[in-house]
Amino acid sequence: MRPVQSTRDDMLARITAALVGADRTPPPEREYGATTPLPDIAVTFAERVEDYRAVVERVAPDGIPAAVAAALSLATRVVIPPGLPREWVATLDGVEVVADQGDLSSDELDRFDAVVTAAAVGIAVTGTIVLDHGPDQGRRALSLVPDVHVCVVHESQLVGDVPESIAPLRDAIDAGRPLTWISGPSATSDIELERVEGVHGPRTLHVLLVGTDHPLPPA
Amino acid sequence: MSGTFIGMPKFQTAAKEALGNSQQRRNLQHATGTIRGKRARVVEELDNWEELRQAGAAIKDNVLTHLDTYLVQLEESLTRAGATVHWAADAEEANRIVTSLVRATGAEEVVKVKSMATQEIGLNEALEEAGIHAWETDLAELIVQLGHDKPSHILVPAIHRNRAEIREIFLREMGQVGTPPPGGLTSDPRELAEAARVHLREKFLRAKVAISGANFAIAETGTLVVVESEGNGRMCLTLPETLISVVGIEKVLPRLEDLEVFMQLLPRSSTGERMNPYTSTWTGITPGDGPQDVHVVLLDNGRTDALADRVGRQALRCIRCSACLNVCPVYQRVGGHSYGSVYPGPIGAILNPQLRGTASDVDQSLPYASSLCGACGDVCPVNIEIPELLVHLRTRVVDEHRGGIPSGEQIAMKGAAWMFADHRRWEKAQKGAELSGRALGKKDTIGRLPGPLSAWSDARDAPTPPTESFRSWWKREKGDQP
Repeated sequence: MRPVQSTRDDMLARITAALVGADRTPPPEREYGATTPLPDIAVTFAERVEDYRAVVERVAPDGIPAAVAAALSLATRVVIPPGLPREWVATLDGVEVVADQGDLSSDELDRFDAVVTAAAVGIAVTGTIVLDHGPDQGRRALSLVPDVHVCVVHESQLVGDVPESIAPLRDAIDAGRPLTWISGPSATSDIELERVEGVHGPRTLHVLLVGTDHPLPPA
Repeated sequence: MSGTFIGMPKFQTAAKEALGNSQQRRNLQHATGTIRGKRARVVEELDNWEELRQAGAAIKDNVLTHLDTYLVQLEESLTRAGATVHWAADAEEANRIVTSLVRATGAEEVVKVKSMATQEIGLNEALEEAGIHAWETDLAELIVQLGHDKPSHILVPAIHRNRAEIREIFLREMGQVGTPPPGGLTSDPRELAEAARVHLREKFLRAKVAISGANFAIAETGTLVVVESEGNGRMCLTLPETLISVVGIEKVLPRLEDLEVFMQLLPRSSTGERMNPYTSTWTGITPGDGPQDVHVVLLDNGRTDALADRVGRQALRCIRCSACLNVCPVYQRVGGHSYGSVYPGPIGAILNPQLRGTASDVDQSLPYASSLCGACGDVCPVNIEIPELLVHLRTRVVDEHRGGIPSGEQIAMKGAAWMFADHRRWEKAQKGAELSGRALGKKDTIGRLPGPLSAWSDARDAPTPPTESFRSWWKREKGDQP
């Protein structure tokens, strides 16, 4: 008697049969051309993030606490990942700061006004921040439910374009961690193709870009 | 395929009706025009766009011609990462698997991330039959669901609706299934989006089970990728305890590095942005972060049939960006419903007959739903030769009708070939046309033709023949001058 084939074996057999006589194409060489080098990736990153109507500020390393405090001037309750450098939020006045221990429910997270995280990579050409959810970025729900996201990105974490971003993210993937790529605040274009910021994710994205040559003089 | 679209008329009939809907034509004209402009601008920014397209096509061709190998690798990686893998041969099997997984959790409702695969299999209807409410959470899908409507575009399913219509739907329906919209709701897109935010947040926060598709599934690592804008995807993929993803088998990518090509091609081609607001990746289960019960349903549903067609195989490269819809002069005028499927526009015209076969009237008519102008092939980010495939599928449809009694069209075409073969016959035919042109007088179009000819005239506004042909005008004005 022939064994009963499972759907799995049947599907695989159908694929193999479909490919009889097919030219089994080898994996392509990566020859899709180099992108034009950017004169200043920090400037491009800041411009492109701003294009999404996010707030971008360039600050010196010792300017982070003051910039975080200014960005959170309207917040009363702030959640932070367990591994966030505590000095970043040390100067918050009259603000309740809770470090996530992994036990906050979705409802409890919904009662925070804002979240402060670090990032893993910034992509200049597309104006994208990538979180790999390490200890200074926290689990995914933290940077999702509160309405304001203040994200600290170091210039040393910037890459030019998408292809350069993959290598620094591989370790996180191999470790089984999720990734969240963020390009501006939550947005929709579903009504007459008109872009509206703020649907389900944070409605305000405030990026602090940290470099040694800054702050730039205020405009 | 989908239960949603069963009984749809063939394209020519549905298109004729859609053309008469001037509100829809205005909405579509505005929306597709806007998105075409945005796409053109961001594609122009990249000086290696052509190389990216070639790379995208080459990666997909490699995937398709080694699909058995990569699927087994994906299954291994997913299992290693803590996910449970299921295989589904068709819509019925996929729906059965998902329904039993939801039932096992005891949940009576699920939240959904917009997914073409779950629309294709009619999952919402199957869940509803099993007493499970499926809430769509993408704004456009919510508009479609609340409006008891069908999606009409791959990326912007409610593209045929304008803000005033959306406001009416929200006011009428939202309160019946959850949080009602605030009093004094206007048709400002900002206010409408805010009403959707409040309405859906309640559902996100209490949901125990989410259902998604995936844009990509990476064989090497077992990583699934969802590309979105609103954050509803992140909500569904992160907050519930159980996550079930229905993934077409052609969505596999071999390596993590392949993402670098598609994360450039997809956002620019689809929404005309350098990057979409949110992309989520997850690799099975991450302790302490997100759903701890993760399932992946690998879906065939006709894909292996398409794979077996040497010419048609390339349709499976499609990454569902919808750029071909937005440039298509036919889609732009008739809208998505005329295609009788969840996959409308040029890609739908080749994908549906390949996935479903060409037995039904709709699928036989779809390869003809095109002017063959070629714009769809030009914008396709993975170089699918859509016009060539349309012709290939027309051949298939014609071949299937060979033998038996010749159709009216076949007789007419034979007659036309005989007439065109000789210039004297052609001139005589023109004389005849001139006479009928004069007979029709001031009418612009021919209107309904009698008998079997009505099949042709019903789908067209054919202009009346001119009262004088160019050849006879030339003879009259210029005599025998060359």
